[in-house]
Amino acid sequence: MLLKLTCLVPLFPLIGSIINGFFGLRIGKNAVGIIAAGSMALSFLTSILVFIGFLLLPEGQHIFEQVVWSWFGAGDFSVDFGFQVDPLTLVMMFVVTGVGFIIHVYAIGYMHEEYSFYRFFAYFNLFASAMLLLIMGNNFLLMFIGWEGVGCCSYFLIGYYFEKKSACDAGTKAFIVNRVGDFAFLLAVMYIFNIFGTIDFSEVMHAAPEKLVYAGEAVTIITMLLFVGATGKSAQIPLYTWLPDAMEGPTPVSALIHAATMVTAGVYMIVRCNALFNLAPMTMLVVAGIGAATAIMAATIGMTQFDIKRVLAYSTVSQIGYMILACGVGAYTAAIFHLVTHAFFKALLFLGSGCVIHSFNEQQDIRSMGGVWKKIPYTYALMIIGTLALTGFPLLSGYYSKDAIIEFAYLKGNTIGYYGASVGIFTALLTAIYSWRLIFKTFHGKYNNKESNLNSIKESPLIMLMPSCLLAIGAIFAGLAFKEIFIGSNGSEFWGSSILFLNAIQHNHPPFWFISITPVIVILAIPISYYLFVENEKILKYFIEKNQFLYNFLLRKWYFDELYNFIFVEPIKKIGLFFWKKGDINIIDRYGPDGLSKLVKIISDKAVNFQSGYLYHYAFVMLIGFSILLTYLIIY
Amino acid sequence: MFEGSVPIAHYLTLSAVLFVIGIVGVLVRRNVIVVFMSIEIMLNAVNISLIAFDHYLNLSNGQIFSFMVMCVAAAEVSVGLAIIIALHRNKPTVNLDEFNLLKW
Repeated sequence: MLLKLTCLVPLFPLIGSIINGFFGLRIGKNAVGIIAAGSMALSFLTSILVFIGFLLLPEGQHIFEQVVWSWFGAGDFSVDFGFQVDPLTLVMMFVVTGVGFIIHVYAIGYMHEEYSFYRFFAYFNLFASAMLLLIMGNNFLLMFIGWEGVGCCSYFLIGYYFEKKSACDAGTKAFIVNRVGDFAFLLAVMYIFNIFGTIDFSEVMHAAPEKLVYAGEAVTIITMLLFVGATGKSAQIPLYTWLPDAMEGPTPVSALIHAATMVTAGVYMIVRCNALFNLAPMTMLVVAGIGAATAIMAATIGMTQFDIKRVLAYSTVSQIGYMILACGVGAYTAAIFHLVTHAFFKALLFLGSGCVIHSFNEQQDIRSMGGVWKKIPYTYALMIIGTLALTGFPLLSGYYSKDAIIEFAYLKGNTIGYYGASVGIFTALLTAIYSWRLIFKTFHGKYNNKESNLNSIKESPLIMLMPSCLLAIGAIFAGLAFKEIFIGSNGSEFWGSSILFLNAIQHNHPPFWFISITPVIVILAIPISYYLFVENEKILKYFIEKNQFLYNFLLRKWYFDELYNFIFVEPIKKIGLFFWKKGDINIIDRYGPDGLSKLVKIISDKAVNFQSGYLYHYAFVMLIGFSILLTYLIIY
Repeated sequence: MFEGSVPIAHYLTLSAVLFVIGIVGVLVRRNVIVVFMSIEIMLNAVNISLIAFDHYLNLSNGQIFSFMVMCVAAAEVSVGLAIIIALHRNKPTVNLDEFNLLKW
């Protein structure tokens, strides 16, 4: 039985992580790289075997569960350490192990000069293992373990350059902001256990229609809490602020964790719990609204940023907004489809930007780049492919998935659907503008770097370009290849019971003019942005000067960080300071440990006087003691 | 016991008075030699009561024990005087107020 191999998939990266973490310094960089990438390759191959095994399952069976051991039990509550394989899990497994393997190989080249090479790969492998646990676990608690595990590894890797204060701060920020979402997720799991008496996915999803009332209070609270968890992990409003700062980590980390896999965990979780979300129309409205709002907000911020990775980070936030929007309008398949294509092209863009940063000697500011496209043609071509796919250029992967989301939103036919569709189209325009701005600023125009000579700009090594090429193939063809399977007319056949639809998939299409809006906008955006960002920058400068306020508003990221600092961070700091100074030092310490020790000191200072050293004092004490003993003997 | 002899209470009273004199001497006098003599007085007070009880109960253990006490006292005197001489060599005095060495 090939499916018995399921449990090995997350095990390989874990073993790789343990070996690299404990013996990494001793076995040398080459061995570390081989173990790290090799464990991912093994994991990927095992996933293929599991997939074959899954295809061999008897007709009509769409789910396979493997209980490795019974984890713990208390009263009625028992949790198995088990894995669940269904089409949704398989898709995610391929994304994580496949893209993960490619980025591991890339990272060998990118991180090669680092001293803590082994530490990086130990965390990287651990992340892959936790991510696989998250998507393969057969109950909420196991998912939560993976959920926390990826958050933890994300924290480790954002703070990889821990000598830099900004990296430490970014790591802490990511961890704390995620904690808010994690807490909500945990509350949701508790509520689910309270209602269902179990936290096993398949049992909960099957029992959901009976135990929960449609649009009832319980299901709304559960799904809202789950969604808050998703906003934390998937960087949606209001908990998105950590993701742009997370770009302090090394570029492969940004590619794998903060673009392709971890940040889509929230989307995966919502799709996994679609049976619950389908019962909560209120939550669905909120999900769609937040998704669309995040998509457009992040896109506007992305227009003004100067750090190459931050632009891509905002782009990621924006694209995940699309996925959340798709979940909100009930197009779970489109969400997963976009998740897969996004994993390819966004990872490609990050790897490409890593190559650019590498070529420019760790320069990340796009104002200090430009005019190098002839020098680094391969990197340029890769970035172009990634950008075309991201903007949704026809026939590339992003085109199919993004348009699918917009179409599904349109076909939803209610206010939120139209709102989502129009926001989606407008965001597609913004996406095209900021993506091409990035390309033109980076590769075209004048060479602006003062630190290094134009001639010193060299193409990155093959070990970095080859994985990017693989991703480029994915970014081009993933849409075409998976369109029919994921969202085609026989899509529900493929997904089986893993995604339940509220209504059967509609086979009518939106009007032709509607379908053609997005590609037309996207194609028109290329020459327009070329003109604006390369040929004639005066128009843009004039526009910025005229709209100074708007520009600053976008440049400062809608003042979200300042707002959060003002509302949450500063008051909490003050409260903390108050409790520390007044509560802890003045009350607990003063009367607790400090008070007791002071009391002991006072008493012992007094008791010391008892030992005077004079013979007659001791004689007197002996006499008193003897008299007391004698009195005792006489009386009793 | 025959008539007209001294009753035991008198011996015991004498013993107690001597003992208290010894104690007070130990506690209040500052001269080491005097303190030492007070200790001897206490020992002899005990000897008196031992012999008095011995005679009263018509036994001989008490008399033997009082010899024992005297032996110990003699030994103690020799050791004690040696200590006093050692003290005197450190400081040219035998006043107890000058010595508070018996502490940590």
